Amino acid sequence: MELNIKREELLISQLADLLVNDKHVAVGAASPIPGAAALLAKEEAKIKNKRLRVTILHSNKYNNFTDGARELFDCAAQGRIDTFFLGGVQIDGQANINLVGTGTYPKLNKRFPGSFGSALMYFVVPQIILFREEHSPRTLVNRVDFISAPGVSEDNIYRPGGPKYLLTNRALFKFNKNDKKFLLLRLNHNETVETVTNLTEFKFDVDKNISEMINPDNERIHILRNNIAPMVSEFYPEFAKRIWDV
Amino acid sequence: MNSFDQLSVKEIVDEVPDGCLLGIPADYSGVPMQFTKELIKKGIKNLRLYCLPLTTIQGDMLIGSGCVSEIEAAAVTLGEFGLASRFSEAIEQNTLLMKDSTCPALHAQLQATEKSVPFMPLRGVIGSDIQKHRKDWCIIPNPMNSSGIKDEPILLLPAVQLDVFVFHAACSDRNGNIQIGRRRELATLAHASKKVFVTVEKIIDEDFFENELSAATCLPALYVDGIALAKNGAWPCALPGAYKADNNEIKNYSIAAKTKDGFNEYMKLLLSK
Repeated sequence: MELNIKREELLISQLADLLVNDKHVAVGAASPIPGAAALLAKEEAKIKNKRLRVTILHSNKYNNFTDGARELFDCAAQGRIDTFFLGGVQIDGQANINLVGTGTYPKLNKRFPGSFGSALMYFVVPQIILFREEHSPRTLVNRVDFISAPGVSEDNIYRPGGPKYLLTNRALFKFNKNDKKFLLLRLNHNETVETVTNLTEFKFDVDKNISEMINPDNERIHILRNNIAPMVSEFYPEFAKRIWDV
Repeated sequence: MNSFDQLSVKEIVDEVPDGCLLGIPADYSGVPMQFTKELIKKGIKNLRLYCLPLTTIQGDMLIGSGCVSEIEAAAVTLGEFGLASRFSEAIEQNTLLMKDSTCPALHAQLQATEKSVPFMPLRGVIGSDIQKHRKDWCIIPNPMNSSGIKDEPILLLPAVQLDVFVFHAACSDRNGNIQIGRRRELATLAHASKKVFVTVEKIIDEDFFENELSAATCLPALYVDGIALAKNGAWPCALPGAYKADNNEIKNYSIAAKTKDGFNEYMKLLLSK
């Protein structure tokens, strides 16, 4: 029997697929979907007798740090974190991200929380996955109004890390560092290259093997709903209640 | 003689002058909400907030109450409950100076003060608009040859010393040592502050230094200028290891604070309690 899969579950599943080669995944602020994806990947790694460490910053339980809030950044700078997630009020075609606001800084029309740790994490974590649910011309723009962290840097800048993927509720892109351009890899159900193009302000390339997002199979959904949902409720109670009623 | 100064929350408030640079802990490390309420009651003005690295309801309440002229932070947010509306509106109406930063920079500036060195280098950040707008930061060529990158520019951040830092903790021992668990950023804030005051749930008749575990997870009394009892003193924020956040209350606040009138009404009720 095919289960009825929620939009959030499909996105969690897409992200979990990107974490299979990792040893340590960290998840920062305001990230319930990446948090669930990391824990799902950890659970599935365990089944395959592999070890994946997950650090959820906003959790006391799923947290490997004892040296205070700076340890995440020190640990990342030491190269001990393989994947981290970042979002943005705006993301542009060169993978610049804006977490600060829209308008001309500092006189913003609309102020958002701020850059968090993005300005370091984007430079030092090898696989940064950009995650922004809303896929529209106001979120995926030609040029961000404020650069919280740049997508690419000059050659003389120390930068072992950077953007690798961008996931929205409509599509999955891969970032090509050399071309400084996104490549459309997968489409959500009911989306076409045309619908995605119309809803994306920046220009992107289309992969010749473009495909549809694959739904999580029943086993994965089972793990997600039975094992992961109660874990997520520890650190994102509102989200867990809304999606899984736990 | 007592081995520490036991104060009232109001006496701690009296130690915080208008215009001072006040250290603000993040929502996961002991937010002194009862103190904050008293600070607002007193009508403090022109506070400069230094958040390590962010603030939630504490900063938003102080801003909405007109107590803050300047804030340095990596984010001001109500987390799962959305934007910090009093903060966002103050920025949009140009009534608050925001020194936008990023988490590791906020840590590094205090770490410089911990070591009493004038600045601290940090990687990353270069090429961001955060760095472009921070005139108090500077970039120099890396004077060391260790990195293997030719002509590597490196960012220098000034040491920042706080005037006062206040936080809430689960307990102190009879000698005024404060239990902070794994929240070591509280120690960083304390080391970098001229004065440190702590509100606690309770004072227990123990000596944390008699045991390796409790010694390793405490802030020694030598950094603390005064302690006040404040039962449930972080409410509605969580107190790690003691109680969870009152999410209903934070949600109520987030809804009320969307408008100036809603916020004023909420605060009137809160301050009358």
